[in-house]
Amino acid sequence: MFKKILIANRGEIACRIMRTARRMGIPSVAIYSQADRGALHVEMADESVCVGPPPSQQSYLAIDNILDACRATGADAVHPGYGFLSENTTFAARLREAGLTFIGPSAHAIAMMGDKITSKRIARDAGVSTVPGYAEVINDPEEAQRIAREIGYPVMLKASAGGGGKGMRIACNDDECREGFVRASSEARSSFGDGRVFIEKYIERPRHIEIQVLGDQHGNLIHLGERECSMQRRHQKVLEESPSPLLDDATRRAMGEQAVALARAVKYESAGTVEFVVDPHRNFYFLEMNTRLQVEHPVTEMVCGLDLVELMIRVAAGEKLPIRQADVRMRGWAMEARVYAEDPFRNFLPSIGRLIRYVPPRSNSAVRVDSGVYEGGEVSMHYDPMLAKVIGYGGSRDEAIGSMRDALNEFHIRGVAHNISFLAALVNHPRFRAGNLSTGLIAEEYPHGFHPGDTVHDDPVLLVVVAAAIHRRYMNRAAAISGQLPGYERRVPQDWVVLLNGTLYPVSVRCDGARQEVLYEGKSHSVVTSWQFGQPILRGTVNGTDVCMQVERHNMHYRLLHWGSQVDVMVLTARAAELLACMPAKAPPDNSRFLLSPMPGLLSHLHVAAGDETKPGQQLAVIEAMKMENVLLAERSGKVGKIFATIGETLAVNQPILEYE
Amino acid sequence: MQEIVRQLEEKRRAAQLGGGPRRIDAQHAKGKLTARERLELLLDPGSFEEWDMFVEHRCVDFGMAEQSIPGDGVVTGYGTVNGRVVFVFSQDFTVLGGSLSEAHAEKICKIMKQALKVGAPLIGLNDSGGARIQEGVASLGGYADVFQLNVLASGVIPQISMIMGPCAGGAVYSPAITDFIFMVKDSSYMYVTGPDVVKTVTHESVTHEELGGAITHSTKSGVADRAFENDVEALMMLRRFINYLPANNRVPPPFRPSPDSADREEPSLDTVVPENPNKPYDVRELILKVVDDTDFFEIQPENAKNIVVGFARMEGHPVGIVANQPLVLAGCLDIKSSIKAARFVRFCDCFQIPIVTFVDVPGFMPGTAQELGGIIKHGAKLLYAYAEATVPKVTVITRKAYGGAYDVMASKHLRGDVNLAWPTAEIAVMGPKGAVEVIFRKELDDSARIAELTEEYRRKFANPFIAGKRGYIDDVIAPRQTRQRICRSLAMLRGKELTNPWRKHGNIPL
Repeated sequence: MFKKILIANRGEIACRIMRTARRMGIPSVAIYSQADRGALHVEMADESVCVGPPPSQQSYLAIDNILDACRATGADAVHPGYGFLSENTTFAARLREAGLTFIGPSAHAIAMMGDKITSKRIARDAGVSTVPGYAEVINDPEEAQRIAREIGYPVMLKASAGGGGKGMRIACNDDECREGFVRASSEARSSFGDGRVFIEKYIERPRHIEIQVLGDQHGNLIHLGERECSMQRRHQKVLEESPSPLLDDATRRAMGEQAVALARAVKYESAGTVEFVVDPHRNFYFLEMNTRLQVEHPVTEMVCGLDLVELMIRVAAGEKLPIRQADVRMRGWAMEARVYAEDPFRNFLPSIGRLIRYVPPRSNSAVRVDSGVYEGGEVSMHYDPMLAKVIGYGGSRDEAIGSMRDALNEFHIRGVAHNISFLAALVNHPRFRAGNLSTGLIAEEYPHGFHPGDTVHDDPVLLVVVAAAIHRRYMNRAAAISGQLPGYERRVPQDWVVLLNGTLYPVSVRCDGARQEVLYEGKSHSVVTSWQFGQPILRGTVNGTDVCMQVERHNMHYRLLHWGSQVDVMVLTARAAELLACMPAKAPPDNSRFLLSPMPGLLSHLHVAAGDETKPGQQLAVIEAMKMENVLLAERSGKVGKIFATIGETLAVNQPILEYE
Repeated sequence: MQEIVRQLEEKRRAAQLGGGPRRIDAQHAKGKLTARERLELLLDPGSFEEWDMFVEHRCVDFGMAEQSIPGDGVVTGYGTVNGRVVFVFSQDFTVLGGSLSEAHAEKICKIMKQALKVGAPLIGLNDSGGARIQEGVASLGGYADVFQLNVLASGVIPQISMIMGPCAGGAVYSPAITDFIFMVKDSSYMYVTGPDVVKTVTHESVTHEELGGAITHSTKSGVADRAFENDVEALMMLRRFINYLPANNRVPPPFRPSPDSADREEPSLDTVVPENPNKPYDVRELILKVVDDTDFFEIQPENAKNIVVGFARMEGHPVGIVANQPLVLAGCLDIKSSIKAARFVRFCDCFQIPIVTFVDVPGFMPGTAQELGGIIKHGAKLLYAYAEATVPKVTVITRKAYGGAYDVMASKHLRGDVNLAWPTAEIAVMGPKGAVEVIFRKELDDSARIAELTEEYRRKFANPFIAGKRGYIDDVIAPRQTRQRICRSLAMLRGKELTNPWRKHGNIPL
């Protein structure tokens, strides 16, 4: 077994690998960039080495620096995690040259599966079902059209070196096909430096289902069932689960056997994933193979009861797989949600900053949380903004959904924007609950993005009851003050009015120790909680049912977060509510004259000057954030007045850049 | 007897109606509540004892004899806020525009005197068009009587002004003397002379809102301590505010039991100060994580944001918090922040409220604007305030404590009781770079040498140990334990007794 493992990664996956290494009694080495000095994975590791400045190219992707780190610490094996160097043949080869073990497949297998056209050919030769198509490079639009006709429309044009949706075009007829070819190849050239494009049948209502395979150096290969990853937003996976609600045993077995056949064709010796696209009739077609540990591997671990990282380490050390195919049993249901530092209400703009509060859900047999950050840590602009993965488990799919809902509900994050309300809305979506998935689900159900209106709470009375109980506690606390007029002490009234979304709910609140009885419309609701003032999470029961809510107190209202929806609730005396109704509704300030920075970032270009006339759609400024250039366009015509920001300035969210006259 | 009772009821009804239903509707249409509605929200239900409901003005000129309404445009009396007595006056804009007559002023003076006698806070809800011009000098005399009592009450009982309508001309000076001024957005304004006069005299065109609205005074002039969205919010928040204040200068501030443990650790405070000494952080995070129940009532949150001041509780006892804010102007002291903090420190000292100071200050702000504006005298106000304060003073240096600003910020030398430092503290005459550039002026061309010397200076002086050696700080603490250490220090200091030499009064550099 290895003496010491270096983890060539960061974030949650580095932490997750270290946990297994620690359990196996193997010391771990973290590498980090200067931006990650205080990161969780550095804290957790037995040793750590700085491998360069913040940009990944100069640190997490700097092979020489990582090799130096191995030498300096005496690590004899490297786990690459996912992303970064995990599928880099040069890295795998360099490690082997240096006499170190790459915990992953051979460089040969990585190379073979890394190229889409090659991998398709190998798959077809191994008897794997592939999408009808033409797995050769296409030279011109006319050839594309001829092939598309042979396959039958609709077809998909895809960049050979592509990924992440770039260089992809769907065509339903000859014109679209010719045009799509030109576009796809030029995009592919500019994005990947490789203009090769191929054509395949376009699968309607496709689902993304993948098979986990595992091999050793002794020729043993097994599969660990499937994961369905159809819940995607712009080709990025959002929710994954195992098993898939679509597959039956026969399809599962057939897919598993084909995946193993493909892995065998490249002498696969580690954990890998064979991705298929599946249509609603369970016809499946090979998509590609990922020669690494996947982000979503925990769902397989949960249903199979295995530790994939441990198995990867053991087989890399030359051990035989401890299980045979017949030993693999899938029990229950698991799903994973990816928690990102991004604002779902602002078109999923990435968010950076200090995690002022970070309280992940409590782990137990039904909830697993793989975090890469901690309260007080920093989410930097240099890397992927994933904060954590939440894995919910249950005996059935419904139970797993229940675990996931509860876990997301408990997750408390302040300081950066996060997508928890989006995730909560997804797991509660009827189509998701019914298992009626497709990779287009999110785009179809949220065609205009995600809005607070997509998270309306279905039980206002619960919110009313909790708000009334909280308010009563605050009032009781205030009434406990010293220096009161003897005989005329404050007596907190029982009757209150709760104002929620414009509706008044008259309630009566009685206190009995830690319990509050909230009377509403003749029904008594019993609230029991150990919550104390200022605590962000209220846990307790309402009428005996467990409730977990996030609570913030503002000037006049309480902000409650529950099941992904956020509401502002006021609790007033009847008289105050009556007088509040006399107060004028104030229109929010009109910011349309201003160009505001939609995200924190660096102002890299300013295309206009004071006095310029602008037309709608014209470029005004460019903000760099998360290595992305975000172009701000004029929404109106007008004359630019004052300019507030200067090039090179770091802008906060909503900071004014310029003002129209 | 029956006749008397009947007349009484009639007068009472008339007084309750103020200027009548039409004017009440007009008041509501302006987004304002009436004088009595406001008192209903401010005070515990049923606790208001009204005085002088039957007072009427004595003016007979200009047709005033016919316009007499019982109460004369101001409702006065006392009541309780969470069971604690407060004296109140609430001006009634529906009665002759809330204008101040001799009788109106007498009513205010009467409750002020009573508040002084029993030692209870005074709250004024201001909504007045100004002097009752028909009464002439009698009205002016009335103002001055109020001013005089405001001054005598200053430092004896807390005085709070809530501006809920117009407050112009001489009328502004009573609130100006009181301890705190709160305003309501869009419906209140304060100025010495209004837009019309300004236009005539200086030819400036300016709106009421720009000249004296709640936003102007809470963000620019520093006149207002907070601005609220509407009358209801303002009065609810005022109730919350009163909970921090003692009844008078002879009793300790009010205790309220808190379930928040004094031993609570906050591990995330260990990373609140960024590694890069030039990177800012939000000191409000530190404050909220240290105080009881994350409750912090900030004073002047939108003005002079480079210093944060406000009230909170530690183990249930009120404290005044003063903290440099690295997020704004690197937290340096300038004219406005010195004035803001000095006044806050003096208020706390008047009323036995311990002061907790968080220091991260790179120095005083340089520049001609500051020097010509008199930063010397204004900065000295804060120095004076801290130096004269005899209340418990606990200071935590989180990062920079440079130069004269170090001395000013509740240092040991200014009788700080407990002075703590985080490991990231740098107590020095100035930052390493600046220091080296002064000491090694002749070697400035050799940038490598300067960098080396800067590093050496940083190693030697940019730490808490030099100050620790001399006893200028009492201990170096782990940031996560800040709450525990402050709580324990304040508990120890509860018996503190310290008096300054007798004098008529000191001469603070005004």
